[in-house]
Amino acid sequence: MSLSPICTQFEMDRSSTFTFKKLPQLERFSALPKLAGITSASRLAARPALEMVSSGIHELDLVTGGIPRGCITEVCGAASSGRTSLLLSVLAASTQRNEVCALVDVTDALDPVSAQSAGVNFEKLLWVRCGSSPHKNSLSARNSCETKKDRFGRQSEGPVEQAVRVTDLLLQSGGFGLVIIDLGDVPVKLARRIPLTSWFRFQRAVENTPTVLFLITSVPCVQTCASLQLKLRASGKKLSAINCQLSAGSRDQEQSIPSHSLLLDGLQVEGELLRSRMERKPVQSVTRFSTKAVRAG
Amino acid sequence: MFFACIFVPDFPVEAIQRSEPKLRLQAVAILDGKVPLQKVFAQNEKARRGGVEPGIAKLEVEACGNIVLRSRSQLQEDLAHAALLDCAQSFSPRVEDIGCDTILIDLAGLESLFGPLPKIARDLARRASDLGLESNVAVASNPGTAVIAARGFSGVTFIPQGTESEQLGGLPIEVLFEAGQSLQIYDHSQQAEQILETLNRWGIRNLRSLAALPEVALSERLGQQGVRLQKLARGETFRTLKPVEPLLIFEEAIELEHPLVLLEPLAFLLGRLLEQLCARLNARALATQELRLKLELDSSCRDEETEQRFSGVSEGSRIFERILHLPVPLLDAKLFLKLIQLDLNAHPPGGPILKIHLRAEPVRPRAAQGGLFLPPSPEPEKLELTLARIAGIVGEDKFGSPALLDTYRANGFRMQRFVPDSHESLKNKSSDENNTAVTALRIFRPPMPVTVTLRDGSPAWIACHKRSEIQGEILWSAGPWRSSGDWWERESWSRDEWDIAVQAETEITLYRLVHDLLDGRWFVEGMYD
Repeated sequence: MSLSPICTQFEMDRSSTFTFKKLPQLERFSALPKLAGITSASRLAARPALEMVSSGIHELDLVTGGIPRGCITEVCGAASSGRTSLLLSVLAASTQRNEVCALVDVTDALDPVSAQSAGVNFEKLLWVRCGSSPHKNSLSARNSCETKKDRFGRQSEGPVEQAVRVTDLLLQSGGFGLVIIDLGDVPVKLARRIPLTSWFRFQRAVENTPTVLFLITSVPCVQTCASLQLKLRASGKKLSAINCQLSAGSRDQEQSIPSHSLLLDGLQVEGELLRSRMERKPVQSVTRFSTKAVRAG
Repeated sequence: MFFACIFVPDFPVEAIQRSEPKLRLQAVAILDGKVPLQKVFAQNEKARRGGVEPGIAKLEVEACGNIVLRSRSQLQEDLAHAALLDCAQSFSPRVEDIGCDTILIDLAGLESLFGPLPKIARDLARRASDLGLESNVAVASNPGTAVIAARGFSGVTFIPQGTESEQLGGLPIEVLFEAGQSLQIYDHSQQAEQILETLNRWGIRNLRSLAALPEVALSERLGQQGVRLQKLARGETFRTLKPVEPLLIFEEAIELEHPLVLLEPLAFLLGRLLEQLCARLNARALATQELRLKLELDSSCRDEETEQRFSGVSEGSRIFERILHLPVPLLDAKLFLKLIQLDLNAHPPGGPILKIHLRAEPVRPRAAQGGLFLPPSPEPEKLELTLARIAGIVGEDKFGSPALLDTYRANGFRMQRFVPDSHESLKNKSSDENNTAVTALRIFRPPMPVTVTLRDGSPAWIACHKRSEIQGEILWSAGPWRSSGDWWERESWSRDEWDIAVQAETEITLYRLVHDLLDGRWFVEGMYD
């Protein structure tokens, strides 16, 4: 328990035990009518331990302790860094726990075949595909993430704005075990244009609920609102190995063409823990896990 | 054995006031007949006190002052009658429909369910009031006495057995004849008028006087009709009930005097209709899973803009119809109103509205018990509203649950309605399988057209105009995997797939490259991530 130096002071008495007595300032402050009913920081209730759920990847859970409920988890990384693999893994783990999940797909990029291979139960998944305008005769904003105006002069929402509104609705509705926002292909400048107030609002909406708000982006954009922040990158070992193999076998035409499984099976993903507000501090902050190909080549 | 009678005084006025509750505070007269020969058909108590009587002309009523005039609406009377039947059916299945404004109910065996008879009578009156009808309720030991008491006494009346003659004695003789018409004592109304005239000549003004007349002498002068009337006045008649089984049709409608153009005032009317509909469903312990909204439009007022904007109305048709399917049986007027509002915002009617018609398909209410250890799940009511709002943001066909189709064609899936199943899924995999992530594909919708340079039959160089990062030398490629299908249909497809690695700024990116063999185009279908 930390005590404010303004309020208390410690004294060493003759029996060598610490005692503290109230300063006259404290008595004076507490007598003020404006401060009546205000609890000092030292007396605030302890924050309950967060409930963690599995991400579906054992190696990652060892480092992070799992994905925290009632918090925002942000995963960032470049293209082909394994973000979507992690997303599908988290989604599959959640649907297999019989939780209702929602995926706000900003660029409409989900591949249902990959999702099914990952073990996602579609009956528990609400997939919201942003990017199209519900109004007829308005410009389709599918190809562009920016807000545009249609020929009637009405402003049609861009996919990012749609995603923010849809996420708001889903979080306010409640009852979802996992809400995912996929900002993976959204340009950095647009992803960073989402106001910080929106992330604070989302944080407040999921706080003290069993909902996990999971986010994938190219670069970190949730900032301090994220309780868990991971950065993924593709480990170059596997790709380098294939490269070397191809270079070595370039004389043999048959060996120079790798199979689908050789290319996509066992891709190494390196995950680095950027931020964690968990009680337990991790022993290590970097982990590696591998992915398997959807189909055998 | 006891019977209850519900009687709605001034029924045509009540039917109108049910659709326009604000009229309850005003003097209202209902006109009937062809224009300009309209005459007063019915009026409420305030209008009666203001001097309005049935049969007077419209011009005379207008001279009376502050009287609200409405034309008689057969539609509203039918709906009010249906609501009255629902009210009675909510207490007992043994209900006789003896007139548009009068219902008889057999109360045998209901005391153990609903309490003492006076309480049942009060509950009946309250239920009718909830359905928008102010009524008189009387409970008596025989149907005839119950009908006379309901017509003669306002409010709730309970007549104990053996006191019928004493209780009914003070009522005017006219009440007996009105009740007699409902109970079909006379063959035709002319006969009733003759008997009433005769009794008036004799100086018989109330039921007590009629009950006191000698039976044989009355029979000699008025015949069996007179004897039957006297027994009715004494409360000694008994007849068996003829129960009806009304169809489970729940619909409400309103005809507008002036066409509605904006959706905002429409919401007020829809709200009122939905409340009435929900009250009726609630009275029958039912819910609904389908709402049908029919709007009759004024087709003469459609302009070019509305023609261009709204395609919901077919040419030459004046009916605009929307059907709302609900995933679970629900009964919440506010929720229904919000859902209809969101639906109408997405699909506005194509012209001014003349008539609103709402119909609810009745189903048994949802019986579900939540478990303490079940995983979190959205409430169906909230979820439905959320989905309707999401439909307004992204479009109706852009959300739901994906379902894979039995095909190898690209994008071989369809969107289906999202209805989370509360039961535990049997598709759970073992924990070993869970711990392996798959190399997922991110689809580009639509695919990115690219220019590809081949070397020895394999892609060696790629360039995309839309995305600058998909450009450069292909480090290595795997493939091709040839697939084709639907060759027996017009939309046949045939393609080669390649998995390629392209050096991006700092890291290598993996893409799926597709060569359409039918038109020879190359495009990037997605990115492995």
